[in-house]
Amino acid sequence: MSTLLSARDLARHYAVRAGLFGRRANLRAVDGVSFDVPPARTLALVGESGCGKTTTAKLVLGLIPPTAGTVTFEGKALPAPNTAAWREARQRMQMVYQDPLGALDRRLSVLRQVAEPLDIHQIGTKAERRERALALLDAVGLQPHLAGRYPHELSGGQRQRVVLARALILEPALIVADEPVSALDVSIQAQVLNLFEDLQARFGVAFLFISHDLKVVRQVAHQVAVMYLGRIVEQGAPEALFREPAHPYTRALVSAIPVVRRRAGRERIVLEGDPPNPIAVPSGCAFHPRCPVAVAACRSETPALKTLPDGRLVACHLAHGDAAMRKAA
Amino acid sequence: MGALVALSGLTVDFDTGKRMVRALHGVDLSVARGEAVGLVGESGSGKSVTWLAVLGLLGGRARIGGSVLLDGTELVGAPVRVLEAVRGKRIAMIFQDPASSLNPVHRIGRQIGEALALHRGLTGAAARAETLRLLDRVGIPAAARRLDDYPHQLSGGQNQRVMIAMALAGEPDLLIADEPTTALDATIQAQILALLGELRRDGNMAMVLISHDLGVVAENCDRVAVMYAGRIVEEASAERLFGAPQHPYTQGLLDALPDLDGPRRRLAAIPGTVPEPTRLPPGCAFAPRCPRAEAACAAAVPAFRMLTPGHRAACLKPAPYGATVRERAVA
Repeated sequence: MSTLLSARDLARHYAVRAGLFGRRANLRAVDGVSFDVPPARTLALVGESGCGKTTTAKLVLGLIPPTAGTVTFEGKALPAPNTAAWREARQRMQMVYQDPLGALDRRLSVLRQVAEPLDIHQIGTKAERRERALALLDAVGLQPHLAGRYPHELSGGQRQRVVLARALILEPALIVADEPVSALDVSIQAQVLNLFEDLQARFGVAFLFISHDLKVVRQVAHQVAVMYLGRIVEQGAPEALFREPAHPYTRALVSAIPVVRRRAGRERIVLEGDPPNPIAVPSGCAFHPRCPVAVAACRSETPALKTLPDGRLVACHLAHGDAAMRKAA
Repeated sequence: MGALVALSGLTVDFDTGKRMVRALHGVDLSVARGEAVGLVGESGSGKSVTWLAVLGLLGGRARIGGSVLLDGTELVGAPVRVLEAVRGKRIAMIFQDPASSLNPVHRIGRQIGEALALHRGLTGAAARAETLRLLDRVGIPAAARRLDDYPHQLSGGQNQRVMIAMALAGEPDLLIADEPTTALDATIQAQILALLGELRRDGNMAMVLISHDLGVVAENCDRVAVMYAGRIVEEASAERLFGAPQHPYTQGLLDALPDLDGPRRRLAAIPGTVPEPTRLPPGCAFAPRCPRAEAACAAAVPAFRMLTPGHRAACLKPAPYGATVRERAVA
């Protein structure tokens, strides 16, 4: 299977000063993450605040340099940031954020906003840019009469459509979307999620979709990677992963989602405590202090991300070990 | 049986300087002792404004009409002295963002102590002992060591626990929880909701849970009211509202929600957006987005109809919800 974007052993550590005496410490925001995104597919990164989802996104785009590891995009290593080659690659990979109002220029009309990337990269004549921008407004479901409006005159859903139109105008192969629907109301969220699907079908764009909302992720993703404290702990197709999570953390996460109609036999697992501080990541499996089924080995050995018989990737001693043990859990 | 709190015809108008804009168009809702009532709706539907109006917290630009009875005492237009005895004492409130509700420059022990002094006249050693008991009750580990912490030293989930401890300080009859877990991670949200349920059952405290998350409300409430554009449009027991909704807006919200299991389907989004309070359509505010709307819907605001005991909807064409609705939406 061909790959559009490939991350290998990506890591990003920050030197910080912690505690009363400013002791030097190493914050491992991302700690050895590998994944592939095929063309026109969607990989979702899920996890709670501080798990490293957004840092991973920034590493992929070259917005921050990795401490270790590589990013390959369209068969080539990602060029060093702020070089001509990097800018060229960045035309092919765009970013969409949670807050569309913050991402848009309040002083530019919708049309100029959407055409701006073409202006910057000096593509086409003025008339062609305008025509292209209008075509994209149509593609994201905005009527032509909105072209002259300013961001504050639009609703949240309309603003996110403008952001998507602008991200698409350079015909990127990849869009990194960081919590793109989290600020939207349910009815509007559904409209934008459907739009993501439609745009993928129409333009063949791949998405790296970052979200904390598993229900949203299940709707849009072909693959889901669950992150905990800078590492991927489980990865697979969303249906299998949410129906039968193999990692105890995924299991707790899935069970914690409030649903309108609870499937019979789905018990809620309430985890104790907060996620640990990424400055002091626990030894062995980082999840072991909160894990309801941890055994001695979990305290000392870090589990590797390995394939299960069904093709899923899981980093858990128990998931790979004795099946009876897993039943008991 | 008298309700603990009964709102009838509650209206709120905001003075924009040029004209009055009506944000709440006559809300009728009651909460019994010990009951958990959910209030759902999208941003701007009036969920929070309703309860801020009840407590007289909307400020000078708001004009409040209608009636709010707390154990038979009228709160609308009541003197400040009466309201102050209610706020935090009889009816307590917690908000979405605990970090901005707590004072960042005071230790949490002092902040809870302040509430205890105000509502129960406790000071000194008695206040300290009660603060410890409350922190312990809301599940803060090693509470004695946490008393002297500042809010920034605690996580978001722990800060929300501190807020809940402060709300409990007055031993309220009713707790208004306004999006109490929206800013928290999923596993922490589960902890806080479990705690709220436990406190409510132990103390026979009523709770109004305001949330945009239908799942949160479905799992934590006895009765649910759905709001749209400043009005309640449907109200029923949680089981009935989510199992057999009749109002097209409630049905639309359920259709728009992605599932966690079952086959993946295309979401049935509600077309259009929520109208602004200054530009409400005549008649039913939902009519322009409604798949069942007809001419009569735009003529007048539909009155409530009692569909079955305890289940009412403000709709001219209530209809059962089922697989057919979804199939039609998908096709």
